[in-house]
Amino acid sequence: MLESVLVANRGEIARRIIATTRRLGIRAVAVYSEADAGLPFVREADEAVQIGPPPPAQSYLDADAIIAAARQTGAAAVHPGYGFLSESAAFAQQVLAEGLTWVGPPPEAIEQMGDKINARNLMHRAGVPVAVGSADPVTDASAALAEAERIGYPVMVKAAAGGGGIGMSAAAGPEALQTAFDTARTRAERFFGSPAILLERFVERARHVEVQIMGLNDGHVVALGERDCSVQRRHQKVAEETPSPGVSPQVRERLLAAGVRAGEAVGYLGAGTVEFLLDVRTQEFVFLEMNTRLQVEHPVTELVTGIDLVEQQFLVAAGERPGFEPLGVQHEGHALEFRVYAEDPVRFLPSPGAITQWEQPAGPGIRVDAGYETGNTVTPFYDPLLAKLCVHGQTRDEALGRARDAVAAFRVAGPKTNLPFHADLLASESFVSGDYDTSVVAGLRP
Amino acid sequence: MAEVRAEMVANVWKVVTAEGDQVEDGDTLVILESMKMEIPVLAEEAGTVAKLHVAEGDVVQEGDLIATIS
Repeated sequence: MLESVLVANRGEIARRIIATTRRLGIRAVAVYSEADAGLPFVREADEAVQIGPPPPAQSYLDADAIIAAARQTGAAAVHPGYGFLSESAAFAQQVLAEGLTWVGPPPEAIEQMGDKINARNLMHRAGVPVAVGSADPVTDASAALAEAERIGYPVMVKAAAGGGGIGMSAAAGPEALQTAFDTARTRAERFFGSPAILLERFVERARHVEVQIMGLNDGHVVALGERDCSVQRRHQKVAEETPSPGVSPQVRERLLAAGVRAGEAVGYLGAGTVEFLLDVRTQEFVFLEMNTRLQVEHPVTELVTGIDLVEQQFLVAAGERPGFEPLGVQHEGHALEFRVYAEDPVRFLPSPGAITQWEQPAGPGIRVDAGYETGNTVTPFYDPLLAKLCVHGQTRDEALGRARDAVAAFRVAGPKTNLPFHADLLASESFVSGDYDTSVVAGLRP
Repeated sequence: MAEVRAEMVANVWKVVTAEGDQVEDGDTLVILESMKMEIPVLAEEAGTVAKLHVAEGDVVQEGDLIATIS
């Protein structure tokens, strides 16, 4: 097993990774920006190194500063978490070149999946279904118009190097396409450093369902079930659950097999997530993208399988066998995750500020992965995720009941949070029935 | 005179208008960035941008003056 790990991330995910290192007796090194000095993950690590000022480019995205921190502390491995440098093939390469262990897939797999157009083409060749869409980057507005004619409206416009829903929008006709294309290109350049755009056919009633995979050192890729992530605002996830209430056993079998095929096609190692869009009417699904790292919503999979995914990442990175029987994974009950964001619960606008009260729920079937506590300040430099409220029950109904109580018991004062939104979601007929799609938030916040 | 203020702590990403510009109700004056999100700050009435109180790269606090429209 690894002797020590540097966690190249912040907030709730750094703290969650450190929790596993403590349980396994691995020495944890945290790195943090000036803005995060008072956060729990810094205190809970065995050692912590300040790597720069608050802006991400000068801290959590500064590969050289992170490598220097690893050298200074003698860390043997680097866990990148999600976001920041987690899907940078160059950073993975740099970590390996330093003689350190990279807790993630091979840089080549990151590279192949990082460009959405390349990933689409690769998946198509591997027999994984993809939406009708661009096989090459769309470079200007007139090419976008021609491509949209070929694909058929409505179309989805995306940054090829993108993620997190940034710069993504749907266009119903040529006029909307012009706007969507301009927005996507501006954001693609600004956030992802590449202007490449792709178009895909837009599915009107869709569920966003993803498959958790784990690539093992013996060459096998196993699927650890699906997660439904259809509750989204601005194409970003707000709540997730497993199993998906919209997936039949037959569709699940096909989805998991497609997830495994996707992983095998890139020689995947460790934890990864293959995202699909499931057409509610036809029950057909298409590949969206693959996230070559630990996923934000991984706890719901952990709750139903009893598997610590971070521990498996460490085992795979250390060249060892997984700590579970690949063919004997049991899924028990139902789990949901609610992302607690520092944002106003109606318009979903960011709401940074000092936390004057933080009381999180606890009890049977409740897990809270929190990045903050009373006295911390939520700054505008990073994403608004404060905590993930996760619930587990023997049935979906039991889990929903626990979620309602937990949301009501979660008290945060200072920044506004979206907890009132989650209370509304848990009272809405569409969500409670399980018969919802990616438009569920728009239906609640017209 | 109408004062346009910041709704939250944010960084000023882009200043889209200049002093002396004519703006309509709903026109974007400045784009703020907070928590990886772009937040356009809009004119709430038509008029002339009398003063811009921020520059690109500034950090604004909730309630800070961004622009004055006359």
